[in-house]
Amino acid sequence: MRSKALSLVVTFDTTVQAMAAETHLTAHRIPGRLIPVPREITAGCGLAWKAPPGAGDEILNAMGEGKLDWAAMYELEI
Amino acid sequence: MIYLDNAATTLQKPPEVIQAVVNAMTTFGNAARGAHSSALSASRTIYEARVKAAALFGCPRADHVVFTANSTEALNIALFGTLSPGDHVISTDLEHNSVLRPLYALEAECGVALSFLPADSRGCIDYEDFTRLLRPNTRAVVCTHASNLTGNRLDLARIGAFARENGLLFLVDASQTAGCTEINMERWGIDLLCFTGHKGLMGPQGTGGLCIGTDIEVRPWKRGGSGVHSYDTSQPSAYPTRLEAGTLNSHGIAGLSAAFDYIQQVGLTAIEDKEHRLMQRFYTGVSGIDGVTVYGDFTQENRSAIVTLNIRDYDSGAVSDELEQAYGICTRSGAHCAPRMHRALGTVNQGAVRFSFGWFNTEDEADQAIAAVREIAE
Repeated sequence: MRSKALSLVVTFDTTVQAMAAETHLTAHRIPGRLIPVPREITAGCGLAWKAPPGAGDEILNAMGEGKLDWAAMYELEI
Repeated sequence: MIYLDNAATTLQKPPEVIQAVVNAMTTFGNAARGAHSSALSASRTIYEARVKAAALFGCPRADHVVFTANSTEALNIALFGTLSPGDHVISTDLEHNSVLRPLYALEAECGVALSFLPADSRGCIDYEDFTRLLRPNTRAVVCTHASNLTGNRLDLARIGAFARENGLLFLVDASQTAGCTEINMERWGIDLLCFTGHKGLMGPQGTGGLCIGTDIEVRPWKRGGSGVHSYDTSQPSAYPTRLEAGTLNSHGIAGLSAAFDYIQQVGLTAIEDKEHRLMQRFYTGVSGIDGVTVYGDFTQENRSAIVTLNIRDYDSGAVSDELEQAYGICTRSGAHCAPRMHRALGTVNQGAVRFSFGWFNTEDEADQAIAAVREIAE
């Protein structure tokens, strides 16, 4: 297993929310990718967006601009 | 072979559609059931298809596009998911059994009351009948966009305005028009739009969908795996998951997504113009032939590319068989799953032969079909 590192994790309620977020964030060159939801957190959707720590503002701005929905945002050692 | 049964299904598909299905079948995992690249490929393609469907049909939200196996499934979900005992529904004589049978079942099993706008011998309705049939407990207007038997279209903007004025749900069966002409849910006040992927959209069979307007609640009709909220005991409430339990037909939806691209690239207007021109050419050619009876209203400017006819008192099945055996022309005969329309036209016993044109047909094919009808009628 790879060693754990601090990451930003955005969770979603539905797969459509996750897909919409991926489409929008990728188009805007926001760093990150979709991963399985870490067991430390609970979420409706099994997909989460993992990004480097500190990318929170950039992600929030982009999600706001795109009028996108998400469930929650965490900083985790994963 | 000359294929003139596009109202049943389009036989010729754009190569891009076929290739998309092949690619999907060799690369897709299960959508929404994992985060590995194969599962994500399927999820991404389905999401893109939702976005394209919403854009094509004027659906306010991509997550309100629910994929189904066909129009029939979408219609059943919409009708059983919105109507309740004591509700009254206004529908029309133009409807297909995919609308009629769920409505009749709701009438028999759930106490839903039904009224139908009668069609005349040309298959036309009187729009004033909507007002005449209105009751205090009327809950919905349910109608097709175009008759699968005559090709006559209904004025959805007008019906949508009536539904809005009276606070009614407006449910449309777009089986014969999706991919063939413009449909705009928001502009026309359509709350629930049911479509199939394999006819005018030129996608694979086994694809279709239900587009749901803003603030419209549809009860789930099946429950099961969703890939989200796995520990909840009830079906997730958010669309589209609420209505999509079980693995989606991602291979088919990949083809449908490619079909949306193809239609976007060719243009709805180009498709409608060509199909209308072929239909009009064929109609002009056969309508003057002695012994040929053509059904439907051909004074309509916008009608679907369908010409349904009978030759003398010949069995429509025998005519259709002769068309294929002697001329290689594929048509549909008999009853067309539209019993009320057949009664209105007076074709219950004889049935009728339907010629339906699609994007890949040619003028030469239309001319060959005219010649065949002329010879059979002689």
